[in-house]
Amino acid sequence: MTETILEVDGLNMYFPTGGGMFKKSDAVVKAVNNVSFDVKRGETFGIVGESGSGKTTLGRCIMRVLNPTDGEITFNRKDKPQVELVSGDKQTLRDVWRDMRMVFQDPQSSLNPRLRVLDIVGQVLATTEGMKGKALSDRVSELLEQVGLRPEFLMRYPNAFSGGQRQRLGIARALATNPELIIADEAVSALDVSIQAQTLNLMQDLQEEFDLTYIFIAHDLAVVEHICDRIAVMYLGEIVELATAEELFRDPKHPYTRALLSAVPIPDPRARRGQREKVRLADGAQSTEGCRFANRCPFATDLCRNTAPPKKNISGADVLCHFAGEV
Amino acid sequence: MTSVTENIPVDNEPQAPELLGPRALMWRKFRRHRIAYFSLWIVGIIYFIALFGDFVAPQAHDERNRRAIFAPPQGIHFIVEEEDGSRHFQIHARRLQMEIDRATMRRTYEEDPNDIIPLGFFVEGHEYDLLWMIPSNTHLFGPVDADDHVYFFGSDRLGRDILSRIIIGTKISMSIGLVGVAISLIVGVTLGGISGYYGGWIDNIIQRLIEFIRSIPTIPLWMGLAAAIPLDWPPLRTYFVVTIIVSMIGWTSLAREVRGKFLSLRNEDFITAARLDGLTDWQVIRKHMVPSFSSHIIASLTLAVPLMILAETSLSFLGIGLQPPIVSWGTLLKEAQNIRTIIEAPWLLIAPGTMIVIAVLALNFLGDGLRDAADPHAH
Repeated sequence: MTETILEVDGLNMYFPTGGGMFKKSDAVVKAVNNVSFDVKRGETFGIVGESGSGKTTLGRCIMRVLNPTDGEITFNRKDKPQVELVSGDKQTLRDVWRDMRMVFQDPQSSLNPRLRVLDIVGQVLATTEGMKGKALSDRVSELLEQVGLRPEFLMRYPNAFSGGQRQRLGIARALATNPELIIADEAVSALDVSIQAQTLNLMQDLQEEFDLTYIFIAHDLAVVEHICDRIAVMYLGEIVELATAEELFRDPKHPYTRALLSAVPIPDPRARRGQREKVRLADGAQSTEGCRFANRCPFATDLCRNTAPPKKNISGADVLCHFAGEV
Repeated sequence: MTSVTENIPVDNEPQAPELLGPRALMWRKFRRHRIAYFSLWIVGIIYFIALFGDFVAPQAHDERNRRAIFAPPQGIHFIVEEEDGSRHFQIHARRLQMEIDRATMRRTYEEDPNDIIPLGFFVEGHEYDLLWMIPSNTHLFGPVDADDHVYFFGSDRLGRDILSRIIIGTKISMSIGLVGVAISLIVGVTLGGISGYYGGWIDNIIQRLIEFIRSIPTIPLWMGLAAAIPLDWPPLRTYFVVTIIVSMIGWTSLAREVRGKFLSLRNEDFITAARLDGLTDWQVIRKHMVPSFSSHIIASLTLAVPLMILAETSLSFLGIGLQPPIVSWGTLLKEAQNIRTIIEAPWLLIAPGTMIVIAVLALNFLGDGLRDAADPHAH
């Protein structure tokens, strides 16, 4: 658990906005803003946040589906030299993409409806290893069994599968190259609750079996609490709190984390929620200097509105708040 | 793990009924669209006629007959009554007797029930080359005696058989649709693909160009271009130039469609997944993008064919498209331009007009059916 598999340092991803046919606009959306963290080998690292917090963008930057504006991402593989991904060229990336795989959110759109299971799951093997014929179908059958699907499904098209089965196919595709790191982008949020549980269990079993590391992106705290070792909470492109799952749920330090936790529904109609945070809704205008959460924060002072908060380490948690631990 | 259930495999249903690929599903869906399926047959027959026109046509399309000017359509009869009262089966037409009213110079025709022209299948007639290669003189249907003339759809001012002319015209009219659509396809897919794949300023330029072309009123544009065709050009060259003029507009909508498909597919997860699987951009386009929208393209091409046919017809009707002696549905309609002809010989208007309506409707229904069947999200 001590070895670092992925190190993200000062990652920025800015998208230009506005601008027309003749003029360039300088306005940018800071989808990922100065994000740093590291992921240990074998752990499950959760990234949570509301819609638009930049968690999916962060995942896609790590995968290098998007090209980050700047920053460094270092990937440490077992028997290969470590690589820096932001500056990596196509050749390096093709190689990296074998050790770092992705599971997508939408089981409908992530499987090409025109291809058979064999071609979808085996695509990476056929492309990068030139595997074909019997060898390919044997390997794909083996993968299907590993994710709890029957090998006879090899020649079927995705439309013959349910949502949960499709997501298993997505996981099988990710496993095909024996990766070390899997980025699961909202992998279970499109599934209903019982299927979510099955899929999460499957992922945990696979993690033990193949010594996998997960980066688990989600908006559902209940999901994250169960399977993650450490959790990063994102708000408007920044990691506002990073702590172990236990610590985060026991003692949230950032006001935003508290607001998130208090928003988790309690499955008991008679339960009173006394401690619900009173948080105003986000208004689009965000101050460029100062804390980005300031105009939603119930504890905000002039200090918050004018000065960006430093990163504080309080009992093992990294928190981005002036008054972390005090409020 | 506290509240989560045990991990049981989710696939406990017995044997799956059928393994249907997307293509089989599309076909099944298309079959369910009755009108479209019927139209497929109509279109098939029309293209068969276009290919084997000389075989199907009972007469040579340019054979004149001074004794049958503006002859009305003749009916087909089946039972012959002999003088002794006995009846027997014989497909036949009745010979027309012409009378000229000397005062008005109008011809009137009277069918003579006693003078029959026997008809038959696979009869011998004028010589032609089947598919431009095989010399033959067999015709699908017509008078048994090659010297007889029967006008099922009437005849025109030179006594030429309208049915045979419509059949021969099918070749030009239907092929101009295909050739025009082929040109639109090449230009549209190339420009639309570039526009959608690269985006940015090049996308901007192509889109503005399309908007510009579409904002020009079509008829004046066609007229201007067609008027520039020298009259002494050989018919074949005129034909191709007219095709190009007609497809000038057609490619724009196709290019937009292709661009839209590229843009929407670019964001599909399975495209990202394919890139992560190590496929190059070109492989992604070839293996994932093109198959995903090829059925849409086929559907919109089918819908573009009738537009091309109508465009050719309008141009030829206005006298600026194809010129006689080329026979197309448009040049046939041109014969029916004045009131006198329409009153004296309405079949000159009705016969080719009906043919155009049938062909255009059939192609439209076919295109609609294909488009519905091609949409995977509308299950």
